Amino acid sequence: MIRHDVLKTLIPVISDQMVVCNIGAPSQELFSLDDQPTNFYMLGTMGLASSIGFGLATAQAKPVIAIDGDGSILTNMATLATIANNPRSNFTLLIIDNGSYGSTGDQPTYAGARTSLAAVARACGCESVVEVSAKDTAGAVSAALQADEMTVIVSKCDSGNVPAPVIGMNPITIRERFMAAVAG
Amino acid sequence: MAKQMDRRIIGDLADNGVDFITSVPCKQLAGVIEVLDQTPAIRHMPSNKEDEGMGLCAGAYMGGMRPAIFMQNTALGVVMNSLATLIQFYQIPLPMLISYRGEVGEPVACQVEMALHTKAILNQLQIPTYHFHTPGDADELPGILNHAQMCRKPVAILTDASFWRAAA
Repeated sequence: MIRHDVLKTLIPVISDQMVVCNIGAPSQELFSLDDQPTNFYMLGTMGLASSIGFGLATAQAKPVIAIDGDGSILTNMATLATIANNPRSNFTLLIIDNGSYGSTGDQPTYAGARTSLAAVARACGCESVVEVSAKDTAGAVSAALQADEMTVIVSKCDSGNVPAPVIGMNPITIRERFMAAVAG
Repeated sequence: MAKQMDRRIIGDLADNGVDFITSVPCKQLAGVIEVLDQTPAIRHMPSNKEDEGMGLCAGAYMGGMRPAIFMQNTALGVVMNSLATLIQFYQIPLPMLISYRGEVGEPVACQVEMALHTKAILNQLQIPTYHFHTPGDADELPGILNHAQMCRKPVAILTDASFWRAAA
């Protein structure tokens, strides 16, 4: 299963949840599969999906799922220490780990080689960390939403993308409709 | 040891409604960070790097909080992309209280190198910039904080060594 397959299985679980989605192919694929006002699409700024999602979870009580990737977590790995030291039970960090920089031509990342992001998250102090296969990801996210505990999920899947158009929506529109959904 | 100026700056931020601050420390900001940690009305969540801090602030803003960031001017080299593609692109108001190292009174020569680029970078990014050089300049802070919210932009408040040395 590639990321797009994982996202497809996630839709019934996350469709009405607050989702902060990583830049590039992940946001484009999610937008094509199931555009929702509850989705915040990153149009730029590699690496910050987890930090944005965590800031959102800190500011309010609704559950927040940040969908990040292995390459972007490696870019901003220290945020795992921030997250671990200020835990929020309404926050779920889903790292879709396909071992590659999917949006730029599937170049391999270190997470696909010797580096375990689950082990990094645990070493940073995150208490509930699970590594799951692609097919078990939706179940893990569903369990994380029901648990009264912050969860980091590393979903190991295959490298590859499905062609999806660039998101043409205005960034202010994305933010304003997302904020209305958060406040609603 | 915190000064009256540190308490005044935190007081102005709280009065403006700022309730979420992330920081990467600087020696010149030690006093304001000390007062921040004694201020329950403002949630302080330290960052490891300033671009991470921009992400936390963006999320906090979308969750209904009013964020600000404390950082050193050297960090402008770290946050250019986050400022342009996140804070400016999505129009998120963000006061940045910046320790302006490398100005007159600076003991560390290397700090001068980024001081030379500081205003040029802010100018290039078209970020409203205010330079606190004497303690009286801090009278502008409440207005600057309102301005950031009104225009939904990041604003830079540069605080140099002369400002901090003269501040009571």
